[in-house]
Amino acid sequence: MAASYEIYQEKILDHYKRPRNKGVLEAASHQAKDSNPLCGDEVTLYLRVDGADRIADVRFSGQGCAISQASASMLTEHLKGIGIEEAKGLGREEVLRRLGIPLSAVRTKCALLSLHVLRRALGIPTKEP
Amino acid sequence: MARTAKTLLNVPKIKKDFPILERRVRDKPIVYLDSAATSQKPRQVIDATSDYYARYNANVHRAIYELGEESTRAFEGAREKVAAFIGAKSSSEIVFTKSTTESLNLVAYGWGLKGKLREGDEIVGSVMEHHSNHVPWHFVKDHRGVVLKYVDVDDDGRLRLEQYDELITRRTKVVTVAHASNVLGTINPVREIAERAHEVGAVCVVDAAQSVPHMPVDVQSLGADFLAFSGHKMLGPTGIGVLYGTSEALEATEPLLGGGEMIREVHLGGASWNEVPYKFEGGTPNIAGAIGLGAAVDYLEGLGMDAVRAHEMDVTRAALDRLLALEGVRILGPREVRDRGGVVAFTMDRAHPHDIASILDVDGVCIRSGHHCAQPLMERFQVPATARASFYVYNDEADVERLVAALRKVQEVFA
Repeated sequence: MAASYEIYQEKILDHYKRPRNKGVLEAASHQAKDSNPLCGDEVTLYLRVDGADRIADVRFSGQGCAISQASASMLTEHLKGIGIEEAKGLGREEVLRRLGIPLSAVRTKCALLSLHVLRRALGIPTKEP
Repeated sequence: MARTAKTLLNVPKIKKDFPILERRVRDKPIVYLDSAATSQKPRQVIDATSDYYARYNANVHRAIYELGEESTRAFEGAREKVAAFIGAKSSSEIVFTKSTTESLNLVAYGWGLKGKLREGDEIVGSVMEHHSNHVPWHFVKDHRGVVLKYVDVDDDGRLRLEQYDELITRRTKVVTVAHASNVLGTINPVREIAERAHEVGAVCVVDAAQSVPHMPVDVQSLGADFLAFSGHKMLGPTGIGVLYGTSEALEATEPLLGGGEMIREVHLGGASWNEVPYKFEGGTPNIAGAIGLGAAVDYLEGLGMDAVRAHEMDVTRAALDRLLALEGVRILGPREVRDRGGVVAFTMDRAHPHDIASILDVDGVCIRSGHHCAQPLMERFQVPATARASFYVYNDEADVERLVAALRKVQEVFA
């Protein structure tokens, strides 16, 4: 397994320290929240889907480790403006690829929490991250 | 407590007894600071376990042949060692289980649910308990309609003892408490708590998973009716635990596992139980585990539990001093080492405990992060998680320095 130090790359730390789209979306059409019971990471995702089935706006709130929060921040960047069907098709490999860091099994759960929350928000059956 | 030079531990020599400490992770020697989760094992324990399998493996108590005689002698010998180690009056007061968790469940079900507890009875616990001393009592509540009450802690992580005055009533049947907290480190005044329990005729159930491995524990002076601990946290194997009970308390406890060994007579219409402690040990026990635990007790007695405690106080004092000197570090639990065990839970500004543990791992420093199976306590202190370093006989101040150096890297990453 790769040294964990590698996971704290500039991009990850940047998203953790300066999260994008952080906050509450009052006019959300979809929202969901979940936490990782192992470590207490917590993410709430808010989506506003417009008449053309596109994600017009997105926010997240939460607390937790750098990996879970950076992953949520990066996910919101990706989601903004894409179609809801594309969002529904987003898979774990894609999320992990975007993070671009080697992760142990335990830390992978941190990284996938926000995807898990997205699926819940979109009403897709989903297992624990 | 005596702290003469003679009683202190020779840590470099002790380290050599632990093969795993020779390992390097990512080309760095490991600094193992997670003994509150599980301890490492000395060669003496590993050898005792493999020796059983290699030389005299046979089922206990029933075999007529020599191997069975030897295995039974070693298994019962381990029970006697454990009894002497905690000051039990007789080895029949020692029940082998698989873990502290199983021991506490045995009390909750066997003494409580199947035995003594009725609707409306009250159980007094505390907010600092490990989940394994919460959830079994939740089960009893769900099945029996008992009332659960909890003593709070103050901001320094000490039990608010004055609350027992109100919480313990004539309806109280069980008062249960950790001897030492697995998060705060706090050592609780069990004797005082047991006395209050006994005033109203309640039993005192003690979770000693974090105390028996680390300090002299004498069940007579504690006054506990039941006391639970695990082998694997005290240099022994996993899968072996102990429930101590006074003979009166164990006689009043119903068995959970029906099967071989635990019976006196079985007929198609029913059965009668074997005597204490065998009525609780249905099925072939963890023979190798018990023998390994016996070897762990020998090892600890060779060091001397007064010396173990004194040493851990020294290392803990160094850890508290060095950690508190780091900017943005906060420590849970009492500051005075005489009031706490060698468990130091902490948080750092800007760095989540999981990130702290990941970065420390790169330097071979093994610590725990998370809620430590104590979510009610995390809620009490309003932290989602903490990092936790815990110390044992093979740790010294050099290990504390490695911890501190690695924590500085965490500060750099999250600056």
